[in-house]
Amino acid sequence: MTTAIGIAYLVASLLFILGLRMLSSPVTARNGNRVAAVGMTIALGATFFQKDLSNYGLIAGAIVVGAVIGVGSARQVKMTAMPQMVAIFNGMGGGAAALVSALEFVHQTTGHATIQTSQAATIALGAAIGSISFAGSIVAFVKLQELITSSAFQFRWTKFANGLIFLALIALGGAITAGSTSRLVLGVLLGLALLLGLVLVFPIGGADMPVVIALMNSLTGLAAALTGFVLNNELLIVGGALVGASGTLLTLLMAKAMNRPVTNVLFGGFGATLSVEASLPPGVTIREISVGDAAVLMSYSHRVVIVPGYGLAVAQAQHQVRELADLLNDRGVQVKYAIHPVAGRMPGHMNVLLAEADVPYSQVYEMDAINGEFPSTDVVLVVGANDITNPGARDDPGSAIYGMPILNVDFAANIIVLKRSMRPGFAGIDNPLYYNPKTSMLFGDARDSLQRLVAAVKSQPGATSQFGQDKKPLAISR
Amino acid sequence: MTEVLLGAYVFILAIIVGFEVIGRVPAMLHTPLMSGTNAIHGVVLVGAIVVAGQAHTFTTRILGFVAVVLGSLNVFGGFVVTDRMLEMFRPRHRERP
Repeated sequence: MTTAIGIAYLVASLLFILGLRMLSSPVTARNGNRVAAVGMTIALGATFFQKDLSNYGLIAGAIVVGAVIGVGSARQVKMTAMPQMVAIFNGMGGGAAALVSALEFVHQTTGHATIQTSQAATIALGAAIGSISFAGSIVAFVKLQELITSSAFQFRWTKFANGLIFLALIALGGAITAGSTSRLVLGVLLGLALLLGLVLVFPIGGADMPVVIALMNSLTGLAAALTGFVLNNELLIVGGALVGASGTLLTLLMAKAMNRPVTNVLFGGFGATLSVEASLPPGVTIREISVGDAAVLMSYSHRVVIVPGYGLAVAQAQHQVRELADLLNDRGVQVKYAIHPVAGRMPGHMNVLLAEADVPYSQVYEMDAINGEFPSTDVVLVVGANDITNPGARDDPGSAIYGMPILNVDFAANIIVLKRSMRPGFAGIDNPLYYNPKTSMLFGDARDSLQRLVAAVKSQPGATSQFGQDKKPLAISR
Repeated sequence: MTEVLLGAYVFILAIIVGFEVIGRVPAMLHTPLMSGTNAIHGVVLVGAIVVAGQAHTFTTRILGFVAVVLGSLNVFGGFVVTDRMLEMFRPRHRERP
């Protein structure tokens, strides 16, 4: 590597770090991303001046192909489909890292009977981790896109098979580290790692996707850093390590928000053993509410909290939710949004949707900030959220999600749940919130229901608050 | 060996910097953070260009081509998607009182 290229890589590394730092505030975040992109451009430009490079046409063609498809799909994707988009781009990086490791193995063993031990070990590790991330991310994409069922399930032999593949990977990696230059060994290693990524993510349910996506992100970062060791390229090490650190941090945050260790998410087959059919416990009834009643209840409330969940993304109802909130606000009703850390399918998923609908940040509250306010809230409007509002997680030691921190929506005076049907949530767990006497259900497509609520609130007379500040929470009359 | 050791230094320091910098990102921006870091690990494209540039057989050229396409998808798709997301996080002009 010549000095000039080395300096370009150093500048690129610094721009990556600076860009990430600027991501910590909404004001600078967009420019932060651009700063990182400038760093990437410098790095790519410099790479073309490396010595002993051939196949320029082939490389340029490949970059154009990737850029056209990448930019095209990134431009077209809907905000609600963001989790699968992030997953698939992540998988591409993992696949690239695995191929880089494999090709460098071929390069170093061509005409040589031996390979340096440290090189061999890094190559095996990079190839394996990159492949796991590639296959795992693609399965995550397929599940999020609902091409196959996104529910959790488990085969009896899953853990056994996982363990077996894992041991085989260690053995093959060991053989390469010990000096095997066999391409067959590397090929089998790649194949088995792909298989492991597949069987690892396949049984994981949609509700656990935030952890999976963050973990895959972290794995790709690690694989990229390992290729840096193989190619003696510090820029790759820095870039990969930064992502590895960020992915790990997010993975742990998400797992903590569910109060489950990461291993339990990966190997638990969570919720898989529960019946998918919701059976009502005897002696409880589900209360339904009409759009008109719900509109009246909210229009004459003092405090309303909206709890969005994955159902909001599915129904693409973020704009309707804001319209409703604005209308209520104009009537003097105080409206807040409560965001659970694992609401949706990736970290921060709900914030992206609300941002798209131009919801003011000052109305958006994280779980810890809003949980104390539910007892003084008149109406909680749950839009397509389930497990994150399940009081069983707090009160019922027998619940499969017992111990997971939840939004305490059942402390509010009234709860209105917008839900498609009585199907249980993605974790397949029954939610006692729905049988709570204070809860009323508004069945239907969330977007449709919200549209009708907006119309009904508009038709309410009197646009300013009729109540004093000391108004007590309303009790619903039935 | 010194190359590996140097790499290890860089790796460990970058991890520490990563934890420090990313620990400050608010939960609200977690998706753009993930998407943005996603684009950054696309830097593996640099590695893909290097290995594709040293390929001399038909098979390795094909694999090199695929590696560059994948890396390029990661970089371009990642940055554009992140930019689209962050466009929505622009400062609000009509913040309600």
